[in-house]
Amino acid sequence: MSIIEVRNVKKIYKETEVEVKAVNGIDLSFEQGEFAAIVGPSGSGKTTLLNIIGGLDDATSGEVIIDGVNISKLKSKKLIDFRMRNIGFVFQSYNLIPVLTAKENVEFIMQLQGKSKKERFERTKELLTSVGLGDRMNSRPNKLSGGQQQRVAVARALASKPKFILADEPTANLDSKSTEKLLDIMKQLNKDENITFIFSTHDARVVNKARRIISVEDGKVVDDKKIL
Amino acid sequence: MKNYIKLSWRNLWRNKRRTIITTSSIFFAVFLAILMRSMQIGSYAKMISDVVEFYTGYIQIHENGYWNNKSINRTFEYNDTIIDKIKSNKNTKLFAPRLESFALASVGDITKGVMLIGTEPEMENKFSKLSKRVVTGKYLTPNDKGVLVAEDLADYLKLNINDTIVFLSQGYHGYTTADQFPVRGIIHFPSPDLNSTTVYMTLKNCQYFYSAENRLTSISILVNNTRKINKTKKELSNLLGDKYEVIPWNKMLVELVQGIQSDNAGGLIWIGILYIIITFGIFSTIIMGVVERKKEFAVMVALGTQKARLVIVTIFETFFICLIGIFTGSIFSLPIIYYYFNNPIKLTGEAAQAMVKWGVEPVFAFSIDPNIFVNQGLVVILLTSIATIYPLIMVKNLSVIKSLHN
Repeated sequence: MSIIEVRNVKKIYKETEVEVKAVNGIDLSFEQGEFAAIVGPSGSGKTTLLNIIGGLDDATSGEVIIDGVNISKLKSKKLIDFRMRNIGFVFQSYNLIPVLTAKENVEFIMQLQGKSKKERFERTKELLTSVGLGDRMNSRPNKLSGGQQQRVAVARALASKPKFILADEPTANLDSKSTEKLLDIMKQLNKDENITFIFSTHDARVVNKARRIISVEDGKVVDDKKIL
Repeated sequence: MKNYIKLSWRNLWRNKRRTIITTSSIFFAVFLAILMRSMQIGSYAKMISDVVEFYTGYIQIHENGYWNNKSINRTFEYNDTIIDKIKSNKNTKLFAPRLESFALASVGDITKGVMLIGTEPEMENKFSKLSKRVVTGKYLTPNDKGVLVAEDLADYLKLNINDTIVFLSQGYHGYTTADQFPVRGIIHFPSPDLNSTTVYMTLKNCQYFYSAENRLTSISILVNNTRKINKTKKELSNLLGDKYEVIPWNKMLVELVQGIQSDNAGGLIWIGILYIIITFGIFSTIIMGVVERKKEFAVMVALGTQKARLVIVTIFETFFICLIGIFTGSIFSLPIIYYYFNNPIKLTGEAAQAMVKWGVEPVFAFSIDPNIFVNQGLVVILLTSIATIYPLIMVKNLSVIKSLHN
C-alpha cells in the first residue's frame, strides 16, 4: 500500500499577468521504504512538488493523501501537527536553530511531541551516533561544518520517527566528501529503519544512489523509473 | 514552558549589542523616571504636609456656609457631642479647635489688621508644633492671658516680650469688642503673609474677646491615613449632619493643588516623551528580531511548531528585555532616592523664596513609595505590550514558503 499518493496535483502562480504552472497535473505514489530522487532542471517544479507533498504549500488543485489522510483538506493547525508526527524535513541550507546545540536541535521535535526526557536523550544519542556526531552533541551549529550540520538536520528529521523524509537539495551546499558521507548515512538509515526518503535534487551523486528516479520538467513527470 | 524560556533567553543574546542597547535604554528611562517621580511625589507630599499639618489639617469642620463666607457669626458650639463624633472616626489622628477672625491691632500710634486665632495651646502644639516656631519669649500655657505675635508683625508694631497689644474688632452678633493683652512670645512663619498678620491666643481668651462663649469657627483634623481622606470626610459629614460643612484640604488649598497639578502634568509630559522614544526602541528591536528570524520561524513551523508557540517565544524575549530594564533601573535608582529621602536637596535663591511664600520648606524631598517603582514598571510593561502587537501579528501571519525562500 502506498504511504503517499499525489493525485493530479497542480500549482499555478498568478502573481503576474502570465500564469506560471509550477506543477501541472502530477500523479505519483510512494511505497514505504523508498529511496527516491525527484530530478529536473531549475524551475522544473521539483521543489514545489516536494513542498506540496510536505504540506508546506497548497496545491491549486488535486490531492495529496498520506497514509490515508488527505492533507490538502487539513486546517493550518492540524496540518502543522500532522507534519510534526509524520513528515521529516531536510533543507538545502540545513536550517538548524542556531541557539540550540546539536542535541537540543534533534530533541526539539520530540519535545513538541511531548516525549519524556529519558526517551528524548536515548533517541538523540542513538541518532547523532548513527550520523557520526556522537561526540558533538553539545556543539552549537556555528561550531559545526556544513556537512556536520546537514547530518544533524538528518538526525533531527528522523527524531520524530516520521513516515517519510523530504529532502530538498540536501547536498547542494556540501563538498564531495560530506555528500558521500551524508548519502551513506541516509541510505543506511533507510535500510535500518525502513524510512522513506524523497529528495529533490539535480546532484548526480544523489541520483546515483537513488533506487527510484522521477524526472520532472515544466511541472510534469516526464520519466519515473525504478532501479533494481 | 521551560524550553520556550530557554529558547527565548538564548535568542536574546544572539545579538548581544542590540539587546544591551535596548535594555540600557529601558534602564535609563526607568532610572530617570523613578528619580523624577520620586522627587515630584516626595516634594508634593512635603508641600502638602507642610501646609496642611501646619494649619488647615486634612479636613476641617465648620458651620455650614462658613468657608465661602468667613464671619464670626458663622460659628458653632464646641461641646462633648461633636468631640465624641470626631474622635469616633478611626482615621482621626489629632484635631485642633479654633476660633479665628480679623481684628485691628494697635501698639502706641501704630495700627495694623491682623488674623486673631484662638486655640487650645496643648492641642494646637500637638497638631501644628506651634511651640517650635517661638523665636523669642515662651509658648502659651492653657490659661495664659497673653498672646503670640508673628515676627514681622511684631517688628512692624515695634513689640517686645511683655509689651501690651490692643485689639479692636467686631464680635459675635455685632458686638464691638476691644481688649489688651501682654505679648508672651514672638513666632516665626516661613510664609511672609502669615508672618506679618498672625496672632495666637488661648481659645478661652479669644471666645471671651469676640463674645463667642464656647463657640468655634473651625475644627481642623489630622488623619492617620491620607489615602482615606475622602472616605473620612464622607463619614464625618454623615455623622455631623447638615448643620456642618466638612471640607477636605484640597478644597481649601485650591491654589496649592493647582500648582501641584500643573507641575505634575509637566513632569508627566517629560516622562511621556521619554517613554515614547523608548517604545520605538523596543519596537524596532522586536521587529528586527522577528524579521531576521523569519526563515528560522518558518523552519520551526515546517517541523511542527504551532505559530502560537512562536508567539510565546517572542513574548518571552520581549519581556526579558523589558524586565531586565525595569529591574536594573529600579535597583540602581533605589539607593539614590533612599539617600535623598533621608537628605532632601536644599534649595536656595528664587525657587526657595517662592516655596517659602507657600509656607513650604524649600527642599526637594524624595519619596520611597513602592508605588513609584510599581507604576514605572507597569508603564514599561504596558508600552512593551503595545510595541509587541505588530511583531506578533507578523509571526502569526508568517508564510512558511515565502519565509523559507527568503
